[in-house]
Amino acid sequence: MKRIGIDVGGTNTDAVLVEDGAVLSAVKSPTTADVTDGIRRALAALREAAGPGLGETAAVMIGTTHFVNAVVQRRELNAAAALRICLPASATLPPMVDWPPDLAALAEGGRYLVAGGIEYDGRALAPLDERAIAEAGRAMRAAGVGAAAVTSVFSPLDTGCETRAAEILRDVHPDLHLTLSSRLGRIGLLERENAALLNASLMSLSHRTIAAFEAAIADSGLDAPLFITQNDGTIVDAATARDQPVMSFASGPTNSMRGAALLAGVPDAMVVDVGGTSSDVGCLQAGYPREANNVVTIGGVRTLFRMPDLLSIGLGGGTRVATDPLVVGPDSVGHRLREDALVFGGGQLTMTDVAVAAGRAEIGDAARLADVDATDVAAALARAHAMLFEAVDRMKTDAAPLPLLAVGGGAMLVPDTLPGVSEVVRVPHHAVANAVGAAMSQISGEVDRIFRGLSHEDRLAEAERQARARAIDAGADPDSLSVVDVENLPLAYLPGNAVRTRLRVVGDVAALTARR
Amino acid sequence: MVTEARLLGEAEMDALALGAWILGTGGGGGGDPYYKLWNVKLLCREGRSVRLIDPETLADDALVAIVSTMGAPLVAQERLPDCHHALRPVRAMEAHLGRRFDAVMSMEIGGGNGLQPMMVAALTGYPAVDADGMGRAYPELQMTSFAVAGLPAGPFALSDIRDNDVVITNVVDTDWVERIARRITTEVGSTAAICMAPRTGAEVKRHGIPHTTSQALRLGQAVQHARREHRDPIAAILEAGDGRKLFTGKVVDVERRTSEGFLRGRARIEGLAADAGREFTVLFQNEFFLGRLGERPVVMTPDLICVVDAVSGDGIGTEAIRYGQRISVLALPGPEVFRSAAGLAVVGPRAFGVDLDYVSVFEATAP
Repeated sequence: MKRIGIDVGGTNTDAVLVEDGAVLSAVKSPTTADVTDGIRRALAALREAAGPGLGETAAVMIGTTHFVNAVVQRRELNAAAALRICLPASATLPPMVDWPPDLAALAEGGRYLVAGGIEYDGRALAPLDERAIAEAGRAMRAAGVGAAAVTSVFSPLDTGCETRAAEILRDVHPDLHLTLSSRLGRIGLLERENAALLNASLMSLSHRTIAAFEAAIADSGLDAPLFITQNDGTIVDAATARDQPVMSFASGPTNSMRGAALLAGVPDAMVVDVGGTSSDVGCLQAGYPREANNVVTIGGVRTLFRMPDLLSIGLGGGTRVATDPLVVGPDSVGHRLREDALVFGGGQLTMTDVAVAAGRAEIGDAARLADVDATDVAAALARAHAMLFEAVDRMKTDAAPLPLLAVGGGAMLVPDTLPGVSEVVRVPHHAVANAVGAAMSQISGEVDRIFRGLSHEDRLAEAERQARARAIDAGADPDSLSVVDVENLPLAYLPGNAVRTRLRVVGDVAALTARR
Repeated sequence: MVTEARLLGEAEMDALALGAWILGTGGGGGGDPYYKLWNVKLLCREGRSVRLIDPETLADDALVAIVSTMGAPLVAQERLPDCHHALRPVRAMEAHLGRRFDAVMSMEIGGGNGLQPMMVAALTGYPAVDADGMGRAYPELQMTSFAVAGLPAGPFALSDIRDNDVVITNVVDTDWVERIARRITTEVGSTAAICMAPRTGAEVKRHGIPHTTSQALRLGQAVQHARREHRDPIAAILEAGDGRKLFTGKVVDVERRTSEGFLRGRARIEGLAADAGREFTVLFQNEFFLGRLGERPVVMTPDLICVVDAVSGDGIGTEAIRYGQRISVLALPGPEVFRSAAGLAVVGPRAFGVDLDYVSVFEATAP
């Protein structure tokens, strides 16, 4: 069964055609201001490379950084109302309290606090104020606000208050696009609400963009459903994706890591993706990136939701090198590498020049490096290796050696051996690893909640049961599901042996296994 | 030395939160100061400020409210701290006593509780006293300088965010306050605002731990300053806090479990740079309480054991410490009162289940 994977990056749009894990064709084309245009071109280039076989494609998987860029660049955001179900608690820190003022000004669409929510043990915090919710909905309609985020206290433990509020809001404002925080996030009211509000503020852009993606696929003569890749390396169908744009925020690096694992055939490994300006280091468990369990700041907003655990360091092919004294980065010549680097006739010593001088790469004109001192080259390379070692070592969860997958345009900076690394694997097709990761994505289900009074075994069994139900609900093939990630966190000052457990299962897309 | 009263605004509150997190020694009452800090910032933006006064300027018969929160940090991430809630038990206590307080101070400076009196002070206009009852963070109510001095533990007030206020009018000792209040806190959702037994100006001067708010401020400002100037924030902490760097290394193993409501465990650290080839272990019960170099105990409560990011100087909590982190272990001097026999009985190594005689790292020969 053939699949197309497309990764829309900041610079390039990469597309691959894969079948049963093998890459049949791969193309790169520049990303255009209108991202859909770039996708059309990528599909046309792929058709040229693959020929008529492209018509048998069963699905198109797209990974895009379009939505996170909109937040970071403050463009194409719509006003979003915040409904927080929390009173009498959490009243003094209103929604968007800690947002950068410029972003809040663009996205703020009314803030409504009402009574309700639950305690950590499931009891009601206060009776749900249904009348106030209806009033809020009417006020949103009167103000012409078309998107809202609903956040209730401890909703990750029980979604009841948020789903009831959604019913009431839809009754009084049928056109309202709703984001329920419990669909996105973790325990941490403000950070979960922030993620839900960012999501709600992307509703117009997201609906427009996903519809344009579908049109681009249809125009290319393909009769294949569209899937969008998510932060955790899995996919959702187009209808689900357009309602949760924040879940695609980190899909670029995630797809790259996933693609590296698939291309190398190594599911448990460290990955380093060396770009022009920075290197991202992550950890793969069962082929999926380990998830971050801490606050991630996006466009100046604190959020807490499913994101890969990544460490970025200022080391890439374009990183500037000074020799007296030795300074490696963190600044880079960026996309001016082909103008500024010595090997391209420029005047700035970069890590690419260092790699060429050390004989680790053949790029540009090595003759232009005649004046570069060999001792400086060795010292700069040693510094880069030390930076990579520390980053990889920080991201490991224990001392046992693991393979390191090296991908990206600057992968030549990764040494052949590193302490704590069993082997350095140079991945084939690594330039399109992200598109391959997108093409090979699966579906997941996750739980994150507090369990009390259960034995370790019973708790894990219950968590797995709930995660499987969510994955099947999202379209996974039940027979293919397996657990990829478990985390247990004992909690202080809570009675009844309270443990917070996060568990994730992953499996194949049921619709695609059926078509096989 | 008596310091002059000073006005604290939003900029000082940022520094105070940073310093309080360092003095939290890995735990810190009320969890991350972030949400309480935002409460105070919003009050400052309304034009309010806090007057910080030296304890020595209190009249002997002045009445001081000792405030804190009680409960699970995790719950405070969902039911966000609320400045009006912080004030509730203070008002309940005033109603019980039939008089107003003259000032407010922190039960523990470490962690989010370091900002608790700032919320009350900004709302009421009461001055905040530059002192607290712990000089850091400890896991239980009886681990205060006032309890060590044997001062009465009651009356005690506790408020739920709903309209539930509890005043314990009479209580045997702070152990009983801890037992009763912990139960009530659980019943109201594992988070509550509290006002401990009121203290007179004379009692605060005699038994409070002085100048801990300004110490937290100084630590926070030192770190902010070092970051702005691209200097080493750890050196800044040591200089501002009269501290000593004990070890720098990489976390190689972390063990955690909960028992009796506490987060207990240890982290093993492998030395780097000057400490290469050596190993350090820190033990914790919510907060760090013991550090061993190899097998040899070198630092223990009541000395403050602060684990910070080796580069940024950010405090690392016992819930967040994990494999691979590059950290430095620092010691800051513990309050005098806890180094007495009565103090050591409450917060010495044996109070944390370790059969050791307390030796201050600042008196022992360098490790």
